[in-house]
Amino acid sequence: MADVVLATYGITKTFGSLVACDDVSINVRAGEIHAIIGPNGAGKSTLISQICGTLIPDQGRVELMGQDITALSGRARALAGLGRTFQISQLAMEDTVLQNVILGGVGATRRQWHFIQPILSHHDLREQAEAVLERVGLIDDRHRQTAILSHGQKRQLEVAIALMLKPKIFIMDEPMAGLGLEGSKQLTMLLDDLRHQAPILLVEHDMDAVFTLADHISVLDYGKVIASDDVDAIRNDPVVRDAYLGKDS
Amino acid sequence: MISERMINIILIGLLVIIPAWAYLADEPFTITLMTRAVIFALAAVGLNLALGVGGFVSFGHAAFFGLGGYVMGVLAWHAQSYTPFLEWPFLIEGTQSMPVIWVIAVILSALLALVIGVVSLKTTGVYFIMITLAFAQMMYYFSISWSAYGGEDGLSIYVRNSFPGLNTLDPIQFYSICFIILMAVLALMARLVKSPYGLALNAARQSPKRVEAVGLDLHQLQLLAFVISGAITGLAGALFADLNRFVSPNMFSWQLSGEFIVFIIIGGVGRLFGPVIGALVFVGLEHFLGEINDYWHIYLGLILLLIVLFSKTGVMGLLVKKEAHHG
Amino acid sequence: MSFVLLAEQVLNGLQLGVMLFLMSAGLTLIFGVMGLINLAHGSLYMIGAFAAASIAGLTGSFILALLAALTGAAIAGGIVEMVVIRRLYRRDHLDQVLATFALILIFSEGTRWVFGSFPLYLDIPTYLQGPVFLPGGIQYPLYRITLILIGLVVAFALWLMIAKTRIGIQIRAGENDREMIAALGIDISKLYTIVFALGASLAGLAGALVGAIQSVEVGMGEPVLILAFVVIVIGGIGSIKGAMVGSILVGLTDTLGGVFLPQILQLFMDISTANNVGSSIASMAIYILMGGVLIWRPTGLYGSRP
Repeated sequence: MADVVLATYGITKTFGSLVACDDVSINVRAGEIHAIIGPNGAGKSTLISQICGTLIPDQGRVELMGQDITALSGRARALAGLGRTFQISQLAMEDTVLQNVILGGVGATRRQWHFIQPILSHHDLREQAEAVLERVGLIDDRHRQTAILSHGQKRQLEVAIALMLKPKIFIMDEPMAGLGLEGSKQLTMLLDDLRHQAPILLVEHDMDAVFTLADHISVLDYGKVIASDDVDAIRNDPVVRDAYLGKDS
Repeated sequence: MISERMINIILIGLLVIIPAWAYLADEPFTITLMTRAVIFALAAVGLNLALGVGGFVSFGHAAFFGLGGYVMGVLAWHAQSYTPFLEWPFLIEGTQSMPVIWVIAVILSALLALVIGVVSLKTTGVYFIMITLAFAQMMYYFSISWSAYGGEDGLSIYVRNSFPGLNTLDPIQFYSICFIILMAVLALMARLVKSPYGLALNAARQSPKRVEAVGLDLHQLQLLAFVISGAITGLAGALFADLNRFVSPNMFSWQLSGEFIVFIIIGGVGRLFGPVIGALVFVGLEHFLGEINDYWHIYLGLILLLIVLFSKTGVMGLLVKKEAHHG
Repeated sequence: MSFVLLAEQVLNGLQLGVMLFLMSAGLTLIFGVMGLINLAHGSLYMIGAFAAASIAGLTGSFILALLAALTGAAIAGGIVEMVVIRRLYRRDHLDQVLATFALILIFSEGTRWVFGSFPLYLDIPTYLQGPVFLPGGIQYPLYRITLILIGLVVAFALWLMIAKTRIGIQIRAGENDREMIAALGIDISKLYTIVFALGASLAGLAGALVGAIQSVEVGMGEPVLILAFVVIVIGGIGSIKGAMVGSILVGLTDTLGGVFLPQILQLFMDISTANNVGSSIASMAIYILMGGVLIWRPTGLYGSRP
């Protein structure tokens, strides 16, 4: 299929006797938000780690735009077009918001070996970073120290850094975690808008957000994909209700 | 409270005024003390790039300091004894020219830092501390066992090496050389930490995962910082040997590695001029406490212990309210 | 290279190895249980040696001297743990390095102040002097054989203690999970003081035992400390087994390298160059060994994989 951006084929990962991922195959298509849901310990984080390159699958492969990236390191995958946000914010807390965003640009434009010209005089990066901050709603906070941002703002900043990479796909690991009602609403709007730029693979516990945003949902349970379909089909799938939704609602 | 910039300017002022006063008052010993402080500061400025900005605690920077010292010692010794350093496969003569010695000291220290860095940056935390310490100790024993260059006794150089147009044996002129080098290196450092590379290295300390996620190679960033850091400390070593006109295995000693870290802590981790304050305070303590009591290291130990246990910010932190940009 | 020479050097290597084990076992235990890097471990070694030399001078008894080393170092360790070290467990490694570096300065200069700069001497007791005759015509000093035996006995006792006793269970629990020992209702701060004092007493014992074949002086502890670091980097931090294997490897490499490298090099170059180059390379041999192990296994032979 031509419009598949990211695909996994039969990914399997075991830790000792525990099968964390069992023959997982998913497709993320252009323009869609593909949510992965499942109870705790279903293997969602393990799957994300294998897609982003921090874990190597025992079997199976990961493809980005038809290219096999299974053997690439995490940073090579970032350069190939995976824009990642972390479950627990990974930010340079002592630096300003703007510096954090520009760091994304330094990586994307491979400018890490520029030693003399001050970073803030790299005007192209600075303008791009300010545009991105405008978009995620942090432009007024750009000179504040990252550590003093609210939790929700840190999540927005994570998205802003990923945007600097001009990724082919966003991989977001529980972006709503720990957000209040207002925060989730804001971030939901942001992500809704983002899908037109690049598709999003979204791991999320917040079911409201998932059913608002997702075009397609894959359900993981005990490391297996037990269902993968559009939102309405998943909502009405008895197997899914049994394994997961039934317990919640 | 005053700004960090103001303190930096005051420090530069002190580094100019004290030697100038000593020169006018004909107190060459004070000039020598100041030279010692400036050279120590330079060594610690080098270490600060790895430790303060990069965040990896090298307990082995005496390896580079000593290597720089031996570059000076060996080349000058060959020059003063009119024997070539190497005859085959090509002729390398000794030299007593400071600039040549500096260049060679910087290159060799950078190479040593590359080798040590490749091995030790595979590890982090405590492993890194112990491995860098061990490599410096390796250099120490190597210098003792290499009897051709004095072994345990070290090498004495009769005449201080030369710099075109200057009389380096005049304390104030030699001090000026060291001072200008320190200022130049500090200026370079100030640029470096604000550059894209500095931003990336800074972020690598605070959030390694983030740095990898934007496509940067953590290992390469840190390795380069370690190499630059080692090269600067090596240059300081060459100057230190020239100051004393003597080099011995003690320049590789683990105590010296520890003292470099102490300079940084006294001044304030990650502050550009932190090592300068630290070295000045240290040389001052060494001089004044040393006059009172032969066992002045006890007081140094107690002061250090109190700083570590009760004040995390160093002198800079006490004077400047604003948090350090890094560290 | 005769068999006798080889056997003698192997025994020398073993002797160095077991003494290194006494140092590194304490270091690695303290790191494993409390997560602390202790540079002042060499000072405890020195304190043991000075305590032994002083008591031997007063009483003439070697046994009393060893007891003094054990208790002196344990008491010093216990006090240091309670006054300084326990404030460092939650700090980062840089703070631990600096504070324990400060302790070295205080201990070294304090000892110099009390005892002066001249070395003390601790004599081998008459009943341990002279050689023993081993099978194969090997003649070897009785005292050094005794050192090897004491080291092995201590290693065995340490293993028994960790594997079989209540305190051993607590130590293993502490290595695996710091929260768990709290949950088990163990008094952590008491356990930490005991572990630290235990490590200190092992270092003190090593200092006293080695003090009888070297001079007892300020600064004697740090070269051994750094060798012990090499040992636990090779063996893997936190692993007693790694400390044992690492100690023997380092002891043998250092001893055999110093003797045999110049001889091997003599096959390729003239004698004086071979001696010079050989002893220089031999002085680096254990560090090259360490580098090799690290490239192969960055967390040491028995270290936990991240």
